[in-house]
Amino acid sequence: MLKTFRIGGIHPKANKLSAGKTIQSIEIPDEVSIPLAQHIGAPSQPVVKKGDKVKVGTLIGKSVGFVSANIHSSVSGTVKKIDKVVDVSGYRRDAVIISVEGDEWEDSIDRSETLINECALSQKEIIDKIAASGIVGMGGATFPTHVKLMPPPGTKAEVLIINGVECEPYLTSDHQLMMEKTEEILIGTTLLMKALNVSKAIIGIENNKKDVIAKFSQLASSYPGIRIQPLEERYPQGGEKQLIDALIGRQVPSGALPIAVGAVVQNVGTTFAVYEAVQKNKPLIERIVTVTGEEVHNPCNIRSRIGVPFQALIDFAGGLPQNTGKIVSGGPMMGKAVAYTDIPVTKGTSGILIISSSKAKRKTPKDCIRCAKCVQVCPMGLNPTLLMNLSEYAVWDRAEKNHITDCIECGSCSYTCPADRPLLDYIRLGKGKVMALMKARKN
Amino acid sequence: MENKLVVSPSPHVHGRDSIPKNMYGVLIALIPAFLVSLYVFRLDAIIITLFSVLFCVGFEYLIAKFILKKQPTITDGSAILTGILLAFNLPSNLPLWILAIGALAAIGIGKMSFGGLGNNIFNPALVGRIFLLISFPAQMTTWPVPATAATDAVTSATVLANLKFNPDNLPSLTHMFLGTEGGSLGEMSALALLLGLGYLLWKKIITWHIPTAILGTVALFSGILYLIHPIPQHNPLIHLFSGGLMLGAIFMATDYVTSPLTKKGMLIYGFFIGIITMCIRLWGAYPEGMSFAIVLMNGFTPLINYYTTPKRFGEVKKNG
Repeated sequence: MLKTFRIGGIHPKANKLSAGKTIQSIEIPDEVSIPLAQHIGAPSQPVVKKGDKVKVGTLIGKSVGFVSANIHSSVSGTVKKIDKVVDVSGYRRDAVIISVEGDEWEDSIDRSETLINECALSQKEIIDKIAASGIVGMGGATFPTHVKLMPPPGTKAEVLIINGVECEPYLTSDHQLMMEKTEEILIGTTLLMKALNVSKAIIGIENNKKDVIAKFSQLASSYPGIRIQPLEERYPQGGEKQLIDALIGRQVPSGALPIAVGAVVQNVGTTFAVYEAVQKNKPLIERIVTVTGEEVHNPCNIRSRIGVPFQALIDFAGGLPQNTGKIVSGGPMMGKAVAYTDIPVTKGTSGILIISSSKAKRKTPKDCIRCAKCVQVCPMGLNPTLLMNLSEYAVWDRAEKNHITDCIECGSCSYTCPADRPLLDYIRLGKGKVMALMKARKN
Repeated sequence: MENKLVVSPSPHVHGRDSIPKNMYGVLIALIPAFLVSLYVFRLDAIIITLFSVLFCVGFEYLIAKFILKKQPTITDGSAILTGILLAFNLPSNLPLWILAIGALAAIGIGKMSFGGLGNNIFNPALVGRIFLLISFPAQMTTWPVPATAATDAVTSATVLANLKFNPDNLPSLTHMFLGTEGGSLGEMSALALLLGLGYLLWKKIITWHIPTAILGTVALFSGILYLIHPIPQHNPLIHLFSGGLMLGAIFMATDYVTSPLTKKGMLIYGFFIGIITMCIRLWGAYPEGMSFAIVLMNGFTPLINYYTTPKRFGEVKKNG
């Protein structure tokens, strides 16, 4: 039986052009820029300076504060400078720029392919190791993983949910990782279960990845407590709240965290990183990135070091097509359009999507015809057309009363609108404004 | 090269749904009803429909261009749809000059005076029809005998008029369902209109809520009365298959612009349309009340939208 979430949702064309393409490593460029803010929360403090020698895995940025994450060097070489570079946000932010020399790894890292099943570490030791390795949510949200593993007082985790949904069209990085690193992900899941002290884990996978479901189901029997759950193909099923609803039928209340219903969600990429960190002493220094698009010569899945410019990955996939109109970091529904191709790959870069110029621009918005299709597809059960109007006319009190802050910015409303209205643009604006007002009121 | 990249917020893809797609979808759904009309009224059906569309599109073009001074949007299909729906609400022998006035009322007063598609409060086609019904009651209630009926008479009363004023003279239910009895151009055949409903639901142009609420309320309302007092005036099947109920419930009340946004709201709206229609049919001065009921509830739509909210994620949990 396929499960799915209960409210709204859309079914965009999957366009998984790079499905089934074996993960390939690319050559390390002469220079990498490793941003110090790759996660939600406080940017890390640099602990290296110009001229320092680093190896692969050397700590270069230290986490500051509770919600923050360590950053490690993804290459060996010399720190050229610490300077501001434009990252995926479009802003110039601090990054450690390293000139690459060879490929020398820290001695502590186990680089072998040997599967390590046993783990003698305690709950706390696992969490500490995950924190030390700088692991963040790799589905795109980049929330520090160790924070999620320490439920706030008064809450208790009952079930671990592993997100293998990959509902964004075009992206296949998680799909391919699950195919190639199935056992590692299962061991990673076991480690996370231990860290959370739960006996139950569910891996949710959409039914368009039947090969992965089959492979997982076959292997999962030797990992007690782990269940594989196939899911209907529906966007935004990979959203934390939607996935919890789909898998255990509980809806996270407005404004609360998943732990409020006893669930902790981790992405499969994160789970693999946890395996490597805990069992192999390998900090988070590389990830799988899908490079794709209709016009891309060779859509593929690349294992890329953090800090490598997009251009290097695009070149590997056959170069930037002539008629490129837009480059998106992430998937087409929630990804961010970037202005330059020298943006570095970060921990949250799940894909690079290249859109041709004919499809890069939006159509002119028409007047709302009140067809209510946005209301029908909103997975949070909001009224997008109302929220857009309230934001457009700055009626913040009514926007707040109509729960604008519940919006998960999945974009289903804008995707669906027959009048091509930029619903999410306005809602995002209003959401930011209302959140700021709520914060100001609290203080 | 890099300066040419478009940078815009997500989402970066669109589902390719459009206003014309929905409008032309409704037009396709109206084909079965038009075919019945063609069979019953022959050339008259074509003349009335064609001129109604021409008048509506023409008025919209002229008003947009010369009065509102904005780019006319006649290609979005909404004026064509208004024209066809207006025609479907008129008798087949209506003089063309009256039709022109109706089209002007529909497009001019009903739609463009509010600012065009999306901004009107009332269903434009019904504004046109009601304008004509009140202004030209004689012409609007004289129904030519269908070419399919075996009688020498030139005009006849509709089923609902008979039901109200001459209840012994009723056609069979089968005739009503198939649509060979007198009436407005497009309201004849319940079967053809239901086929259209199937298409609209299949193509996800509308949801089931409004038609079901209206038809269900009418069936329940008359059904209860029929159980208490079984006379033809209370027969739920006659009420369902006669007059403009099907056309109204499937094509008029479901007009995007003038109907509520939320499912709850749609059900409330449909329920009251059903109630008002039945009250007018049973106790009002007119034999049929569908268009009045819809336009009345169009007026309540903003209020319904204000007080009904969609079922929110996490709401059940919070209250439970």
